[in-house]
Amino acid sequence: MAKYAAPGQPDSVITYRDRYDHFIGGEYVPPAKGQYFANPTPVTGEDFTEIARGTAEDVERALDAAHGAARAWGRTSVADRANVLNKIADRIEANLEMLAVAETWDNGKAVRETLAADLPLAVDHFRYFAGVLRAQEGGISQIDEDLVAYHLHEPLGVVAQIIPWNFPILMAVWKLAPALAAGNAIVLKPAEQTPASIHVLMELIADLIPPGVLNIVNGFGVEAGKPLASSRRVAKVAFTGETTTGRLIMQYASENIIPVTLELGGKSPNVFFADVAAQRDAFYDKALEGFTMFALNQGEVCTCPSRALIQSDIYDSFMGDAVERTRAIKQGHPLDTDTMIGAQASNDQLEKILSYIDIGKQEGARVLTGGERADLGGELSGGYYVTPTIFEGDNKMRIFQEEIFGPVVSVTQFSDYDDAMKTANDTLYGLGAGVWSRDGSVAYRAGRDIQAGRVWVNNYHAYPAHAAFGGYKQSGIGRENHKMMLDHYQQTKNLLVSYSPNALGFF
Amino acid sequence: MPRVALTPEAADVLRGLRADHGDLMFHQSGGCCDGSAPMCYLAGEFRTGSSDVHLGDLAVDEFVIPVWMSAAQFEYWSHTHLTIDVVPGRGSGFSLEAPLGIRFLVRSRLLTDEEL
Repeated sequence: MAKYAAPGQPDSVITYRDRYDHFIGGEYVPPAKGQYFANPTPVTGEDFTEIARGTAEDVERALDAAHGAARAWGRTSVADRANVLNKIADRIEANLEMLAVAETWDNGKAVRETLAADLPLAVDHFRYFAGVLRAQEGGISQIDEDLVAYHLHEPLGVVAQIIPWNFPILMAVWKLAPALAAGNAIVLKPAEQTPASIHVLMELIADLIPPGVLNIVNGFGVEAGKPLASSRRVAKVAFTGETTTGRLIMQYASENIIPVTLELGGKSPNVFFADVAAQRDAFYDKALEGFTMFALNQGEVCTCPSRALIQSDIYDSFMGDAVERTRAIKQGHPLDTDTMIGAQASNDQLEKILSYIDIGKQEGARVLTGGERADLGGELSGGYYVTPTIFEGDNKMRIFQEEIFGPVVSVTQFSDYDDAMKTANDTLYGLGAGVWSRDGSVAYRAGRDIQAGRVWVNNYHAYPAHAAFGGYKQSGIGRENHKMMLDHYQQTKNLLVSYSPNALGFF
Repeated sequence: MPRVALTPEAADVLRGLRADHGDLMFHQSGGCCDGSAPMCYLAGEFRTGSSDVHLGDLAVDEFVIPVWMSAAQFEYWSHTHLTIDVVPGRGSGFSLEAPLGIRFLVRSRLLTDEEL
């Protein structure tokens, strides 16, 4: 094992600054109203830096910078834009450890994950969009002998992006890479719970991006996010968050007649058919790990497999093994590379999870393991830790229907295929799902019958670029992580060209 | 039959928000990072419609704060009573209290047979 020194310690790979301003027009500028807010680490609950508290004035300033830069960036050749993305990827890769520790300190997640997933995926994401941009083609449609329709991609202009706190860097990169590739200028607002790590990245790559192309305004949703999302000066809003704010952003967008892409969470079913347990082999072991994936990233993932559906034939034995596997999850200091589950991202998130554990118990769900706040002692006592929790109950209970966003899974049984599909689809959401079976035909049919944008078959929680990610039902609009996201950041220009020398003959 | 209530601490926060901003409303959110939490807005900021249910009104002194939820979500919540509380934290979304370093939170209990 190894344990990274905490940021601020002499031997740490990262030292945060005492304060972060807004990044506007290629430089750091203080907030118009001069106010800052303290940013704690969820690891210990202690403040470690302060962040500019942005307001509408700062948003306007960032939009000025973005509009000043958008035209030139949109006209930069695709080769040059792709090169910028590749250089950003190289820079992140060369500083991966430093960024991973910074991310863990800001968010609370285990450094094992930031080292192996968050940052490597961010690197690959920039490279992917550099690649697909170079390969993107327009279209030519020959209408008739003398009339040709040319279809060309053009950037939208200036776009707004509002980033969640669960993967502060990676979720920013999911939005930044396609928007930059497509030739847009950006005003981005990080989540106020995790506003710091993005600035470590920004300082690292600032020299690679023309001033004004990427601007970051910090602050609270109501003070900075709302003026950005409702601005008449943005051509599109991209948001990851929850349903009420998603609706509000759509309302603002309807006033301005602009598109939105929304990723709004889920209550993902993870379905285990009986043949999973036909043998006690590597596949069975993989399926048990797949069950335990509810604890990945402390359960703070929109696609957390927070409902497990187990076929009745194997229920008792499978759950016996699943509980044992869950109890083996190592909870500890997030900067320890052996730690599997770290801290929840904020105090209110911790309180919300505990309130759901409370209503689950009131509704009669049975706690198979966990079900409480974890006090890890010492400096970690002030941090926000929850023991991985398994509830057994019924799909109509609120813990089966609401996104808890913590390491909590609600388990129930199903009798046969139809029963499994009925329960799996009995939800407001449709973002992710898992299907586990040794029978490829069953797995395929289940994957098609579950109303979700991403169904993992015999795996879970993989997020490679080039696999489209987005929601059905109330889980949102749009597909990230795939070249089709370029389209969400582009206009289609049609040139309809007549090569005929003759008049139509109407007038 | 009241479905919603307030803790005294939450009522105090609402008095302050009312004085600073004006009339208020709540809409209970679902899903993702800051979801499954009550969002507090200026009255009328969030447009409710036929897809929403009016759960009730919270009375704070002489003013009234309506509480809303999407109808689809209400199908799963209808057997529970909600008390809006407040905790220290860093809420997101566009809820009005977040800059104060606090976050509204829903505490739930099952409705009794008499209440149903």
